[in-house]
Amino acid sequence: MIAFVLRRVFQSIIVLLIVGLIAFLMFRYVGDPIESLLGQERTFEDIANLRERLGLNDPFIVQYFNFLLGAVQGQFGISYRAGVPVSQLIAERLPATLELAFVSGLFALIGGVALGVYTALRRKGVIATTIMTASLIGVSLPTFLIGIALIWVFAVELQWLPSNGRGEVVAIGGWTTGFLTSSGRASLILPAITLGLFQMTLIMRLVRSEMLEVLRTDYIKFARARGLSARAVNFGHALKNTLIPVITITGLQLGSIVAFAIITETVFQWPGVGLMFINAINFVDIPVMATYLMLIAVFFVLVNLIVDLLYFAVDPRLRVERPSSK
Amino acid sequence: MSETSVEETKPAAVIDPKDAPSLWTRIKRSDVWYSFTRSPVAIVAAIIVTIIVLASVFAPLISPQNPFNPAELNLMDGFSAPMEPNQFTGNVYWLGTDDQGRDIFSTILYGSRISLFVGVSAVLLAMVIGIVLGLVAGYRGGWADTIIMRIADVQLTFPSILIALLVFGIVRGLVPPDVRNDVAVWVLIVSIALSDWVQYARTVRGATLVERNKEYVQAARVIGVKPFTIMMRHVLPNVMGPVLVIATIGLALAIIAEATLSFLGVGMPKTTPSLGTLINTGQDFLFSGEWWILFFPAVALLALALSVNLLGDWLRDALNPKLR
Repeated sequence: MIAFVLRRVFQSIIVLLIVGLIAFLMFRYVGDPIESLLGQERTFEDIANLRERLGLNDPFIVQYFNFLLGAVQGQFGISYRAGVPVSQLIAERLPATLELAFVSGLFALIGGVALGVYTALRRKGVIATTIMTASLIGVSLPTFLIGIALIWVFAVELQWLPSNGRGEVVAIGGWTTGFLTSSGRASLILPAITLGLFQMTLIMRLVRSEMLEVLRTDYIKFARARGLSARAVNFGHALKNTLIPVITITGLQLGSIVAFAIITETVFQWPGVGLMFINAINFVDIPVMATYLMLIAVFFVLVNLIVDLLYFAVDPRLRVERPSSK
Repeated sequence: MSETSVEETKPAAVIDPKDAPSLWTRIKRSDVWYSFTRSPVAIVAAIIVTIIVLASVFAPLISPQNPFNPAELNLMDGFSAPMEPNQFTGNVYWLGTDDQGRDIFSTILYGSRISLFVGVSAVLLAMVIGIVLGLVAGYRGGWADTIIMRIADVQLTFPSILIALLVFGIVRGLVPPDVRNDVAVWVLIVSIALSDWVQYARTVRGATLVERNKEYVQAARVIGVKPFTIMMRHVLPNVMGPVLVIATIGLALAIIAEATLSFLGVGMPKTTPSLGTLINTGQDFLFSGEWWILFFPAVALLALALSVNLLGDWLRDALNPKLR
């Protein structure tokens, strides 16, 4: 087990170093730092001084090392466009994205498990088959079209919910939250549904197929034979044993939620890091792009690592030493 | 392959070249064609795809106007609702017009042209990259295999849309600012292809590992055929089946990826819009009630992506010997 954990951690570090290298190459070679920091009126002396000061004359490895050192300490350079440190930009915008991701993840998990259990138990029912067909269509729709459709129905035609921005936010320390105001909560609904819908259908189908599998097993038949209530059998025994793959998929999908937040944030003009990334691409703001890349990579690697480790916590079979491995 | 009809079992010398089945007969006798005629979904999807492809190829001939030639536009025609005479000019447009007086039907024809071009080119490029790297990784093995597959693994951790966005951003940074709009289409193709090659590489590598140890490859190696020739002539044709399936489903994904990027405002510029750019433009008019500017391009995109996807699904089942 320890060997497995160490190997996974080692692989994660390699991935992060590679992503760091890409980010560094972007930083160093795609945008010209001298060009972006010095104005039109510059002398060769200025350029030489700045090169020396920024450490651009150092050997490649030294520069890369310094870059990583800075990144670990939260220094990602200065945004070409906004003129403020990238770390500050991210800190301002991260709460918006995390709140959105959290709510849509919750929506996907709760909705997915509930619908999955329902469609498994009432497999032949009209509602269940309708849900299954609808989910099939839903999966093939591009995210941005779902968002636009929701805006059209709920914001333009019915005018129930706001279609852009976060509404009013309350600042608690460095964290801004939309949970505490009614407009903030209302603004969250449409983006969260848009972002979570795909994941919800995924979890739903997974829970359904796992449930159908488990319901066929002997111990469920035995539990029924013992006269346990349907509720105890379905939820106490069957659902519990479908949750391992659900945890994995939900965990792995967290990464996708953050990535697809880029699209959702653009549709709803949600002021998060995804929208910041799109703007950065438009203006070729390399430091912001590179930082976002590293941030996402760290997030993905952490999520994957945690999911792997959770396996051990959840599935006792994995903890047993296999005799063949000795 | 699996058919052993009577003619084929005769000695080759007896068959007159004139009696040899033509390409069309061979297609009609194939398993794939049989399964195609038995699948109404595949037929409908194929018809829709054919219509869209023909319409976009012949867009300049079919469309009532060239929507990107300012000389043909009349601002007074702007915001005409579908099938209703314009309040100033009285002109009727099937699908309405946008703010500039562009006929939506024409913009869709020209837009799907760009969407299809980007989608097909991106898939072809991804296919070439994936096949070459997959063949090398599978046939050569060793360090080449390790490096290629490690890169593929790392890339697979991230959603492809993220990779495409990133490549787009980097390439955009490398291109001088004044030509960025002109090369947007190529940048898009490269970024979608680079976000998508892993699928092909993994499949080809897997198939190559199997083929590599078969007798015909060993025989070729023994008589001294060069590795490059073996890969291209002998291994490649035998791994193309699964590649074709991935390519068809990949085309739907590439079309959606292009639409997404363009919708996000980092794809095709508004002067040469694809379906995604049209949807992006249309979104601005949703609040003022001009729904058709958004709606019809979205329907076109969905019809295209969905039909290609269904065709891909069918092809996967048709080529899968286990399902026959």
